[in-house]
Amino acid sequence: MFEIEVKNIFKAFKTVQAVSGISLSVKKGEFVALLGPNGAGKTTLVEMMEGLRKPDSGQILIQGKNWKKDENELRQIIGLSLQETRFPERLKVEEVIRLFASFYKLGHERVTQVMGLVGLEEKRKALTQNLSGGQRQRLALSVALLNDPQILFLDEPTTGLDPHSRYDLWNILKELKSRGNTTLLLTTHYMEEAQSLCDHIVIIDEGKIIKEGQLNDLLHPDAPNLDELFIQLTGKRLTDA
Amino acid sequence: MLKRNQLYQLVVCRFWETVREPAVLFWGIVFPVLISIGLGLAFSKNSETKFNFVIAQNSPTKLDSLLSVYGQKGTKNGKEVFVWTVEDSTLGNTLFSFIYFPWSDAIVSLKRGESDVILTDSMGKTRYHFDPFNAPAQLAYTKLSALLQSPTHISTAPQEIEPLTLKGVRYIDFLIPGLLAFGLMSSLLWGISYTIIECRSQKLLRRMIATPMKKSNYLIAIMFVRTIMNLIEALLLIFVVWLIFDIRIQGSMGALVVLFIAGNVAFTGLSVLLSCRTSKTETGTGLINLVQMPMMLLSGIFFSYHNFPDWSITAIKLLPLTALADGFRAIFNEGAGWLQVATPTAALFVMGLVCFVVGMKWFKWQ
Ligand SMILES: Nc1ncnc2c1ncn2[C@@H]1O[C@H](COP(=O)(O)OP(=O)(O)OP(=O)(O)O)[C@@H](O)[C@H]1O
Ligand SMILES: [Mg+2]
Repeated sequence: MFEIEVKNIFKAFKTVQAVSGISLSVKKGEFVALLGPNGAGKTTLVEMMEGLRKPDSGQILIQGKNWKKDENELRQIIGLSLQETRFPERLKVEEVIRLFASFYKLGHERVTQVMGLVGLEEKRKALTQNLSGGQRQRLALSVALLNDPQILFLDEPTTGLDPHSRYDLWNILKELKSRGNTTLLLTTHYMEEAQSLCDHIVIIDEGKIIKEGQLNDLLHPDAPNLDELFIQLTGKRLTDA
Repeated sequence: MLKRNQLYQLVVCRFWETVREPAVLFWGIVFPVLISIGLGLAFSKNSETKFNFVIAQNSPTKLDSLLSVYGQKGTKNGKEVFVWTVEDSTLGNTLFSFIYFPWSDAIVSLKRGESDVILTDSMGKTRYHFDPFNAPAQLAYTKLSALLQSPTHISTAPQEIEPLTLKGVRYIDFLIPGLLAFGLMSSLLWGISYTIIECRSQKLLRRMIATPMKKSNYLIAIMFVRTIMNLIEALLLIFVVWLIFDIRIQGSMGALVVLFIAGNVAFTGLSVLLSCRTSKTETGTGLINLVQMPMMLLSGIFFSYHNFPDWSITAIKLLPLTALADGFRAIFNEGAGWLQVATPTAALFVMGLVCFVVGMKWFKWQ
């Protein structure tokens, strides 16, 4: 059985077809990267898997359950960070984490633990409005990890981080991977990120999957890295840089 | 164990968010108290009435000789003015101020509102020039002509005036219950609607509903903390006006508490309804003003709505703020009990619940 199963889903906004017919299966413990340029439909797709948006058609199963019937159960086992979340500005880091911990009935111990995990202990008394961009990302990650999720969705978790912080975050995720209990789906613009973390890479453009597979299968002599591959596939660069 | 309870944590966080915003504390708690003290003092002091006259004439008249006896010479903007003070311990002193100008300047000063009436003379008799539809000018004319009739014989306190200084009939008695109702309304509209809309616009609502949080707990926490803040605000205001103006609650305390809760329910419901869909704070601000402004002007918070045309009064009485303010006034000033405020209390409860249910039905969590 698959941890996540997405079957032929479509989603349109007023004028844009954001996702048009994507199917995807993720096995337990697998780390999957969704790669694609701006506006490819990554966020829309992930938010449908997270049960935050309803697809126009198609089916999404998480551990064989669907969002309509088993929302309460699914909320307990997934963790996520949105592409952009602003936490309440006048709350301290510790208070935010404690608040979210209470939603999972978790206490002080776990709060301290995740703060340590993402390296925010020194900032525990800081108001979230005084955090730097990278520290905010870490706060979002700590909240995503609180319930020790079986399935973790991270939407561009390292955008805006300096190389060092990005490396730290990768290490946290690699540690999770080595324990093998977590299935991860992350979206990114960075091919190094996909390369170093993920077993399976899914390339999306204009709401469709244009290529997917293991890194080694995707690359070949004409396309020695993901950037080259992407240009070959779409005629576009993955990032503006 | 309590620390792991989500409702407890939501309340605690809401509380910290509220008190860590100094502006909220100032506008919510200090400002209403200051405004009531300010307005209360302004309207309860035995103040003086001042009338301004311009004398535009060539030959001296009886007025000039009177002024040389009773008037006090002074200067204003380099010009010579005479002030004739008539003392009155009941109605407050009346000051008649006179300044000499040529006719054209006199007209200018009238247009600018610097003076009420222009005086000229016609064969030894004083002539009054003023806009007959201008009430203060009319009053100035009446007062001065009476004074000139009998300049030496001014009855300081007319016998027939019995000043009413009973509790409950002063302006401040009228004002405070109104301010209490108004403060409650604006605190809820801004406190609840704005919080929800901001939370939605920052995607925080969406982040929270992606957890096992119970949605109702989120709203309960906001409402609970707001109600507690309102209670503190009201108690502080009631205490201060008791201290300064000796305002006492003459009616039933129990009825007041229940009416207060009903007001909270009514405006909480309205706030949830106002904020149920939009994620733009600008739209929210507009909606809140759209509701708040007309009620502030019409519901007789600062001045009685009985000056409005008869046909509109029926409608005004249906506004929730009118119901609340009038109810508070009845309890504070008329000694009303449960029975007299039962209708507005029930109506406010019902309105709040209906708004709340509709708002929840339309509520957008993301
Ligand atoms: N709420 C919305 N209303 C209307 N259109 C939307 C909405 N959200 C997304 N879109 C559109 O859907 C398309 C896909 O957007 P999406 O956010 O999924 O892209 P993305 O791959 O996450 O891009 P990025 O890398 O910039 O985050 C875009 O064309 C976007 O303009
Ligand atoms: Mg995105």
